[in-house]
Amino acid sequence: MAHRWTNTYTASDVTPKGVWLNRRAVLAGMTGLAAAGGLAGQAAAQQAPLEPNTLEEITSYNNFYEFGTGKDDPAKNSGDMVTDPWEVTIDGMVDNPGTFSLQDLISDMTMEERIYRFRCVEAWSMVVPWNGFELADLLEKAGVQSGATHVAFETAVMPEVMPGVRNRVIDFPYVEGLRLDEAMHPLTLMATGIYGEPLANQNGAPIRLVVPWKYGFKSIKSIVRITLTDEQPKATWNDINAREYGFYSNVNPEVDHPRWSQASERMIGGGLFASRQDTLMFNGYPEVASLYEGMDLSVDF
Amino acid sequence: MIDTINAAARKVPAWVLYILLILPIPYLFYSAATGGMGVEPINALEREIGELSLKLIIFGLLITPLRKYLKLNLLKFRRAIGVMAFVYVAVHLGIWVVLDMSLRFDQMWSDIWKRPYITIGMVAFVAMIPLAVTSNNLSVRKLGGAAWRKLHKLVYPIAVLGAVHFIMVQKVWEVEPMVYLAVVVALIGTRYVPNIKARLSTSV
Repeated sequence: MAHRWTNTYTASDVTPKGVWLNRRAVLAGMTGLAAAGGLAGQAAAQQAPLEPNTLEEITSYNNFYEFGTGKDDPAKNSGDMVTDPWEVTIDGMVDNPGTFSLQDLISDMTMEERIYRFRCVEAWSMVVPWNGFELADLLEKAGVQSGATHVAFETAVMPEVMPGVRNRVIDFPYVEGLRLDEAMHPLTLMATGIYGEPLANQNGAPIRLVVPWKYGFKSIKSIVRITLTDEQPKATWNDINAREYGFYSNVNPEVDHPRWSQASERMIGGGLFASRQDTLMFNGYPEVASLYEGMDLSVDF
Repeated sequence: MIDTINAAARKVPAWVLYILLILPIPYLFYSAATGGMGVEPINALEREIGELSLKLIIFGLLITPLRKYLKLNLLKFRRAIGVMAFVYVAVHLGIWVVLDMSLRFDQMWSDIWKRPYITIGMVAFVAMIPLAVTSNNLSVRKLGGAAWRKLHKLVYPIAVLGAVHFIMVQKVWEVEPMVYLAVVVALIGTRYVPNIKARLSTSV
């Protein structure tokens, strides 16, 4: 199974482990490929090549309110979260409910690397080379019962190692949800790693959701429960402020957050003089548009 | 103790404060450009400078109550503090225009009108301009002391707007910006508390 979605990158675009800490080496590698012609040139013709962010960038600028509201809080405060052993409960409208160890859960999944754009609702973005498997495969294994319409997700709550939970800055556990067809879309990934390494705690170890056409807060981290339901589940930010954060929260340059424009974004890693770039509809993944046919996306934002 | 500080303060010329207060700006730009402020230096720098300007406004508001209640006289430094608060706000705005928004004037223009926190920040900046322009002896003489003082009471709403702007930038209700607002309101309050006391004692 899996490999149902392919991006315009090939295995040769994946940065070798020895150089991914060094941006210049990444650039040099890409230039070399382009000079060699062939695949890289073809990819570039379809889409401007994406340069993945460095692991340092991806692991030092995060939102993970369980560990604090500052961008550097997750990296600073998440070190004590133990992610092995880890269990995930799958329940609700499935044929095979249960609580599974992470190993059992992912043992027969097809792992792949997906280089995705990641767009935060705060108007910044990154490019992340995820390792993971399609959520659809996991749902198939769980046996989704007819009548189920949505998937709900829940993050671990560990007050003793999560200062943000102790401060109750928002309601915990953090929860999110997708419509079943969104969850089954081949783009929707369950990630367990970045750059071929296990996820860092601040990135949502040991297993998280990645929905690249939605704002980052939909991609819930450190998942302990997946529930199939027949109603739209509660989603944390939507619950905090429905006017500012819709249930769908698809990346959409034309629907502004009430307090800031979503028309443009800044790529992390460009330094002090990085300029803004235009935000793309569905974060540049137009293949999901058919999921929302007939919907007014300025109403169901 | 207070007398010692007052005596020391008398010896320090006000221009020293301009020098001291300008130094963090090049330092912070250097730090942001060389990785000292993390992987998203633009936002970090913008917030840092903004927060410093609010701190300066609060220091400016502190001068009068310090004199009134502690007999600590730092009045000669107030102009420098106020002018530098304006400089910090201007730099904060400049960072937003040039670095944060990359000179996307269309987007900025609509943001100023559509986003309340940006509207509020902009109003506060514009309201500071007449205060900065009249922060010199000639203006005090031309306007006359009473009119000048009345004009400069604009700093009260400016301080409140600045603190509200800070609260509204956050995604959730955070403690730190609330503390700033509470301090601003308390400091403005000290201007009115004694009046009430005086009125009460005369009516008795």
